[in-house]
Amino acid sequence: MNSATRTERWSGYALLTVMAAAVIMPFLSVFLASVQPAGTPVVGLAWPEQWSWDNYRQAWTVAGFSDLIRASFVIAAGVVPATLVLAASAGYALGTMKLPGGNAVAAFFVAGLTIPVELIVVPLYYDLRGVGLTNSYLGVILAEIALFMPFSVFWMRTHFRSTPPSLVEAARVDGASSATILLRILLPLARPSLMTLGLLVFMWSWNQFLLVLVLIQDTTMHTAPAGLGFFVGQNSTDIPTLAAGTIIVMLPILTLFAVFQRSFIAGLLQGATKG
Amino acid sequence: MSSTPSRPAADRRTASRPARRRGRWRGYLYVLPALAVYLAFAVLPALHTAYLSLFEWDGVTLGRWVGLDNYREVFGDAVLRRSVLNALTLVVFFSFLPILLGLVTAGLLARYRRPGMAAYRFLFMLPQVVPLVAVGVTWRWLYGDDGLVNQALRTVGLDGVTRAWLGDFDAALIAVGLVGTWVLSGLCMMLFLSGVQKVDPSLYEAARLDGAGPVREFVSVTLPHLRGELAVAMTVTMVAALASFDIVYVTTNGGPGEQTTVPGLLVYRLAFSDGKVGLASALAVVLACLILVLVFVVNRLSRSEE
Repeated sequence: MNSATRTERWSGYALLTVMAAAVIMPFLSVFLASVQPAGTPVVGLAWPEQWSWDNYRQAWTVAGFSDLIRASFVIAAGVVPATLVLAASAGYALGTMKLPGGNAVAAFFVAGLTIPVELIVVPLYYDLRGVGLTNSYLGVILAEIALFMPFSVFWMRTHFRSTPPSLVEAARVDGASSATILLRILLPLARPSLMTLGLLVFMWSWNQFLLVLVLIQDTTMHTAPAGLGFFVGQNSTDIPTLAAGTIIVMLPILTLFAVFQRSFIAGLLQGATKG
Repeated sequence: MSSTPSRPAADRRTASRPARRRGRWRGYLYVLPALAVYLAFAVLPALHTAYLSLFEWDGVTLGRWVGLDNYREVFGDAVLRRSVLNALTLVVFFSFLPILLGLVTAGLLARYRRPGMAAYRFLFMLPQVVPLVAVGVTWRWLYGDDGLVNQALRTVGLDGVTRAWLGDFDAALIAVGLVGTWVLSGLCMMLFLSGVQKVDPSLYEAARLDGAGPVREFVSVTLPHLRGELAVAMTVTMVAALASFDIVYVTTNGGPGEQTTVPGLLVYRLAFSDGKVGLASALAVVLACLILVLVFVVNRLSRSEE
């Protein structure tokens, strides 16, 4: 390796390292702020003289972050399984059967990939209010399922299209019904794809803000991000509690990311590429 | 199908036509639930928005048909026009800067096996997975009087430059934009680095033998192979910029003045605080069209070059 390419490579790594530091700094700053004893003046990046977890207790109980987290989990628990079931079933039919007009229907789903929440949120509020689904987790759950459906159907269809047709054909010749083929043969093979999709959908549901802000006006029912956004408007000077709340809101999704990083990263990169 | 158990494949071709057609339609039973939810809670609301945009409506009393007046106001009103311009400015920070950084990294590291990439990948994807609201709150603190940004400036002796960045008339939009740069750069870098992995290393050998320098090599070998990833990165980041809401809402809420107002923020404010549901809907439609056109153009360009 000559010196020119060595310089290139080292400058590449240097750039990566600088960028990595830039990514870490904000997380570090907010974490250090969250462990400062209450009442001390907090600056950007300061090692606490004495570590205090009181801010977490404060955020969890007094500021109500425990309720926010629970609400987020309730919504995700509704959204994730329903999205997986609906998307796997639709993706199976659109990916393996020759449906009349099937490609048009698939394209109709894909067209929804770029729908911004802003486009649907206004009438959604008035329509759902009309049927009593505002200030209700069910309303948010249904809206989120619909919002994530284009990507999810597309993802599962892509998966099922890549399974060898001979597999389906052989089962069909053996007399397996279409439901049996899906449940017994294809779904077990689809586990990695379903897993990745489930993680992505959980993440989108956990992070969703505008939809919840509009559909749930009752602040005691807010989800974690909505509660955090509301809290910052009310208590923007109580930095340690705010910082602790921020960490609490990030922690569940960060934990999932740390445990399933391979699936997550594959999903984020491939999901972007395919979509 | 259950009605034709164990009938050989060749035989099925002779089945009567209506029966076969019914069989083919039956597959739609699998699609129907997904389609129903998608129609009811995404497609119909989108159409409903377009319908509402033709009315003057405060959300309570009876609406009044005004035709395209709301659209005239979207393009005529200074604040609304300003919000669209702000969103386009954000594209520079959400899209161009991250893509530039990503391309430079990919160019520098294209030809090497990269030990330790897993750790970098984990770090760079972190801003992608956490809620943007949490990102916004974090940066609000970093940009504050005693935040990390001012602290760093003071450390290097630039005390004169320090300010409350998000409240500064000239700096606020740039400050918000740089949050987007922070969120999206890692994604672009990872996209491009995984893209260059697919390039045949012998192409680089050949380029070097032909006497190509690093820049020439980047332009003629690396860049053409990244066309697909480039289109993806542009689409994702531009949509993030144009439809931005979360970050702006928690950092500046549009202020100071209207310096950082974006369409998403105005849709929310007009519809739910100002009682201008029709105008909010028109702005939402314009925003969605802008996004559609951009996505279409980017994909067209990336395909026609192939």
